[in-house]
Amino acid sequence: MSFRLEKRPEPSKLMIYTAPVLSVLLTMVIGAVIFSLIGFDGIGAVREIFFTPLSNAYRWQDLGVKAAPLIIIGVGLSIAYRANVWNIGAEGQYIMGGLAATWVALSTYGMTGWWILPLMALAGLVGGALYAGIPALLKTRLNVNEILTSLMLTYASVQLIYYLVRAPWRDPMGMGFPQTRVFSEAARLPTIIPGTIVHLGVPIAIVVALVAWFIMQRSVFGYQMKVVGAAPHAARYGGFKENRTIWLAMLVSGGLAGFAGMLEVAGPFQRMVPSFPTGYGFTAIIVAFLGRLNPLGVVFAGIVMAITFVGGDVAQTSIGLDSAATGIFQAMVLFFLLAADILVRYRVRRVGTAPAEARA
Amino acid sequence: MSLLIPILITVIGASTPILIAALGELVVEKAGVLNLGVEGMMLVGAIVGFLVVFLTGNHYLALLLAAGAGLLTSLIFAFLTLNLSANQTATGLALTIFGTGFSALAGQGYSARPVTLMSPLFPPELATHPVWRIVFGFPAPVYFSLVMVVAIWWFFKKSRLGLILRAVGENDLSAHSIGYSVIGVRYMAVMFGGAMAGIGGACFPLLLTPQWAEGMTAGRGWIAVALVVFSSWRPFRLLAGAYLFGLVMTMELYAKAGGGPLAVIPAELWSAMPYIATVVVLVLISIRRDASTNAPACLGKPFLPTN
Repeated sequence: MSFRLEKRPEPSKLMIYTAPVLSVLLTMVIGAVIFSLIGFDGIGAVREIFFTPLSNAYRWQDLGVKAAPLIIIGVGLSIAYRANVWNIGAEGQYIMGGLAATWVALSTYGMTGWWILPLMALAGLVGGALYAGIPALLKTRLNVNEILTSLMLTYASVQLIYYLVRAPWRDPMGMGFPQTRVFSEAARLPTIIPGTIVHLGVPIAIVVALVAWFIMQRSVFGYQMKVVGAAPHAARYGGFKENRTIWLAMLVSGGLAGFAGMLEVAGPFQRMVPSFPTGYGFTAIIVAFLGRLNPLGVVFAGIVMAITFVGGDVAQTSIGLDSAATGIFQAMVLFFLLAADILVRYRVRRVGTAPAEARA
Repeated sequence: MSLLIPILITVIGASTPILIAALGELVVEKAGVLNLGVEGMMLVGAIVGFLVVFLTGNHYLALLLAAGAGLLTSLIFAFLTLNLSANQTATGLALTIFGTGFSALAGQGYSARPVTLMSPLFPPELATHPVWRIVFGFPAPVYFSLVMVVAIWWFFKKSRLGLILRAVGENDLSAHSIGYSVIGVRYMAVMFGGAMAGIGGACFPLLLTPQWAEGMTAGRGWIAVALVVFSSWRPFRLLAGAYLFGLVMTMELYAKAGGGPLAVIPAELWSAMPYIATVVVLVLISIRRDASTNAPACLGKPFLPTN
């Protein structure tokens, strides 16, 4: 008896939504087995990484704060990937958004006024969008692969942080530490729940996802993204210009990544430091896929990935598991999701016991 | 002259890991598969190579096991993309995230523990004169990379298996219809690419900086992927491209060591140079001609014989 894959007449709606859940569950089971095999407390690791952040109410604030940037960046990436535009340099665009917002905060240092934060948000959006504009320009003008350029620019932007915080932007009172001064009150994101670290960025992330969902469902823009991604020939027929779509996809995803960078620098960080590249831009790639490239799905996926981040910290302090384990679990989620996706297009048929039925 | 020889030796050393990984990716792409997980497989190779040298002191065993580790890692990619026709771009990214996490976890507690660099392949008596050092002064992976350039060139130009592999990359359906196993050939190619990436990664602790540092390949795996595009899928151009990048990285080393006119440019800009250079190179070859014309026709597309 063996198994055979049979193509479904149309993709399974049920499996589209089951696959992400399945992939997270499989990650827990297989993760526990693998981590036990290589000599760790496998079950403990899975418990600390996936469950402790949920069962401990004190950790919920961390979840919100970590999920917000993942959701915002993930929403942007899901729009781009829908259009088959492979922006994987969101980390760099996040950094450039953070740097642009830092520039505004430093230039307005000591000033007060309600306009400072909106100006920083605008700077973040523009910074991220402009940085994503480079791969967009190279792709549309010269057909240079956006995967490689957007990623190379990420490595370059990390060096730009190092340069700025070591030389021109260094805190004059910082005893030589490579970091900027702490932003003035007016350039810091307010917390929305007193006594917690939950800042304004958390509800904003939900709003961004809702607006993006509405736009993708109801507007010509959303339709264009989906059609160009799913059926490029039909799109050309329908009058949608491929280059215009690439530009829109890159600018929107880059702008949102930059906006997330602004929220991070004005929220949790409150200054620019060399450790600003936190990997959110890369994890958001998993978030986009796990959320099925749907802004509402991205909200749930962002929370799941935030759980693994917070859980990674928990596991590090409680059972001494290096936080790198988080990355392995995140990669496993994506591996299992990609593997489970075959069930969207195919169904598993048993062959051998009932060959007649299988052939029918 | 007195400066030229050491510079050349540094250039060749710095280029070798990228060259080895890129040669592997070249074969993978020729078979029609785009594996963006090179960076992840290199990191797995780097940590395994480091650990083996740290524990046994045997550099050749380290290279061998790093190759095995890279190969094993590539099997995850092969299974997902070839058996389950998962999206190759996404799977490659997942492989890189996995390799980054795996190497960091395996290397936990080992950073800044020194190992010994690999010694030259030939006895030192042969390399007494500076000029002879260029010929005889390198450790084995450098010669391995050069032999592989020729071997892969020969493989594609002259061998039957190379012809089959190219057919699979150019037109999988025809290759399938005349009886070749598309999936089998692609498995071989991906595994070869994984082993090469593993060796290339191991070169970092074995040849360049004798220790383990988290994420020590620092994006060189991605540069290797870009070099394959730059070379328009030709081994000798790949060699030239890799050495060009070695030159850029060597200039960075000399600049940071405080070397005269190069030091005017901030150190961070030098560090960003290999990545900026990659973008510039990709732009230049696109201006020169349509780079994609030479790409294997089936690159990145899943093989679906039943449809």
